[in-house]
Amino acid sequence: MSNMMGIINLDGANSMLKELCERRPVASLPVAGRYRVIDFAVSSMVNSGIDNVGVLLSAKARSVFDHLRSGKDWDLARHRGGLSYLPSDSYDGKPVTGNLSGLYHNLDYVQHTKAEYVLFAQADSLYNIDFRQMLLFHQNTGADITMLYSKAPQDIPGDTAVMKINENGRVTDIAKQMTTLRGANDFLGIYLMSKDTFNKVVTNGYERGGTDLLLDGIIRHMDEYSIFGCEHKGYVARINSTMAYYNANRSFLKPEIWNEVFMEHGAIHTKTKDAAPVQYKETAKVTNSLIANGCVIRGEVENSILFRNVTVAEGVKIKDCIVMEHCVIEDNAMLRDVICDKNVTVSKDQWLKGAENYPLIVAKGTVI
Amino acid sequence: MYLGVNVMKTKCLAMILAGGQGSRLGALTKNIAKPAVPFGGKYRIIDFPLSNCANSGIDKVGVLTQYRPLELHTYLGTGNAWDLDTSNGGVFILPPYARDKGADWYKGTADAIYQNLNFIDMMDPEYVLILSGDHIYTMDYSKMLDAHRANKADATIGVFEVPWEEAPRFGIMNTDSVDGRIVEFEEKPAKPKSNLASMGIYIFNRSFLDKYLKADAIDEGSSHDFGKNIIPAMLNDNARLYSYAFEGYWKDVGTIESLWQANMDLLQDEPPFSFNNDWRIYSSNPSLPPHYVGPEAQVSCSMLNEGSMILGEVDHSVLFSGVKIGKGAKVTNSVVMPFTTIEENAVVDHAIVAQNCIISAGAQVVGEMGNIAVVPEGKTVESQADNSQQVS
Repeated sequence: MSNMMGIINLDGANSMLKELCERRPVASLPVAGRYRVIDFAVSSMVNSGIDNVGVLLSAKARSVFDHLRSGKDWDLARHRGGLSYLPSDSYDGKPVTGNLSGLYHNLDYVQHTKAEYVLFAQADSLYNIDFRQMLLFHQNTGADITMLYSKAPQDIPGDTAVMKINENGRVTDIAKQMTTLRGANDFLGIYLMSKDTFNKVVTNGYERGGTDLLLDGIIRHMDEYSIFGCEHKGYVARINSTMAYYNANRSFLKPEIWNEVFMEHGAIHTKTKDAAPVQYKETAKVTNSLIANGCVIRGEVENSILFRNVTVAEGVKIKDCIVMEHCVIEDNAMLRDVICDKNVTVSKDQWLKGAENYPLIVAKGTVI
Repeated sequence: MYLGVNVMKTKCLAMILAGGQGSRLGALTKNIAKPAVPFGGKYRIIDFPLSNCANSGIDKVGVLTQYRPLELHTYLGTGNAWDLDTSNGGVFILPPYARDKGADWYKGTADAIYQNLNFIDMMDPEYVLILSGDHIYTMDYSKMLDAHRANKADATIGVFEVPWEEAPRFGIMNTDSVDGRIVEFEEKPAKPKSNLASMGIYIFNRSFLDKYLKADAIDEGSSHDFGKNIIPAMLNDNARLYSYAFEGYWKDVGTIESLWQANMDLLQDEPPFSFNNDWRIYSSNPSLPPHYVGPEAQVSCSMLNEGSMILGEVDHSVLFSGVKIGKGAKVTNSVVMPFTTIEENAVVDHAIVAQNCIISAGAQVVGEMGNIAVVPEGKTVESQADNSQQVS
């Protein structure tokens, strides 16, 4: 129990994710060998004692239903509270743009929950955050709205919002930009506020023709609220471009990050699939890689991430790649700097090569 | 029992005998029952009969427990891991319990079922399938039930062809070669007439079983065992007992050597059963990340599970979840159970290392064929060559 309820937004800024998000929201993008991006937000909420999570649905949400189902794998299939789906249907016949409409039409759901605070998170980042610390910060500062940010360790291309924060921790300016510069206060898309404030932000924004929570709900009304920035100092990776996706996956090849995110705090839960342990055969040669259950490996794998149930045949060389679920890499094929979406087959003797800063993406289900 | 309206009648109820101590597994079953012993990198022994039930369409399974049942009970939970947590069926945990005239332990396999006849009445099945919780195999029980019905049998016993020289170690069924009807049962015969060993899998017509269990219960000379008492009594009465021959991999993992060997069998290039087809072996899935294999690691002919971090060398071994293998460590021909750490430059060969152990840097745990080294749960092995066999 934590007195917070969670709301999850499926889309982030994914204009630079190209093929990977053509048919799925960034929230259901497979990541780190066995997860989907949304697992990190939902698990962090559950591990922080939040037992009431609403998922704001948007277009292309089928993969999200299929993944979360009843919420059982996150212990969210409950008699009271638990997981709820919040549809953002069009109520006036016009197509829905932005998240404000969905939030506005589900405000009654928010009002009915017992929790006092609303934690709103965009499911486009990988992290394992204890939101109870954020709640303490929020209560100590007496802020109306607390926004979580991290200091950008380097320049990060891709849509972002950066915040100016004064010495008291108060947010004085927020700007949407195309690149986060090194050292900037990079907003993580996570807000905490009381239910009343949430109601006000959403109502004011939507009823004046607004579509976006950040832009129309908050930035346009900055002087009406006391907004504080809370810094997250641990690991975080926002998935807002293909390179960001590629790098985030590969960051888990560092044992200290693997430990920090998956082993030291609460577990990151995901849909379970009963895959068998990985079978390494006699000719297997695997180094610096993350290998998910159900894989059968006879070839060479280096600096790569293999998702569940990938088959790597004899003579195969895979280097600097991300290979998603159920891919089959046949004899003597070679892959380098490649992202294979789900169910890809690379036939015998084929060579595929992307570039270090521009991985080749093979679309879901392709047979090469 | 009131189970709601329109409940489908139970055709076949499975009863898994999971109460044995498994004393021949020594240190591995000091704190847990044999069916809860980890097997195959991810599973526990009882996952095999439970998954077989789930995959055979049997959704009501009684699990009879007695020896050290805490961990086993926790593991079974609601039966959710095997998809058996339905509103009318599921896993029913059946430990011995007190009655108005006192309390009794389960005194044998037949007595255990006898003491739960009221549970069987409650479920009201046509057939009762009796299984043991200590065998590794995948089997479609629905086919055995079909054969049972086709033969109009009173009882059907699963049999498995063993090498003739091993037959004297088993309960052997002598059958009519035409239709598989059992004519004689010999427990561990010195001169076997057949090599069909009983797998400890029985299907009985319920009322038929009921009659023999009640008769056995009042027989003071009986040791209340299916193999020793019930089956011979049935044969004595010339009842219709049939054998059902199972073809495929079947292994009794009752000893350290056979448990080790069964794990090693999984490492063949073509494993004895394919793990990732439709006949899934279900197990509880802890939320752990894919395992990480480090830059200097070497892994071959092995099975590795989630949450492990491999920085050393692993060959011909089965590693469970959360295992850490330090740099320069060498693990060969071994089984390493969950959350055990093998530190830098340690050597583990021909060994079974139970869960939550630490093999300290530079330490050696070395067994040999026929004398597998065992490190019991939670033990720390220091480096001054504590390489004695069978540590506890």
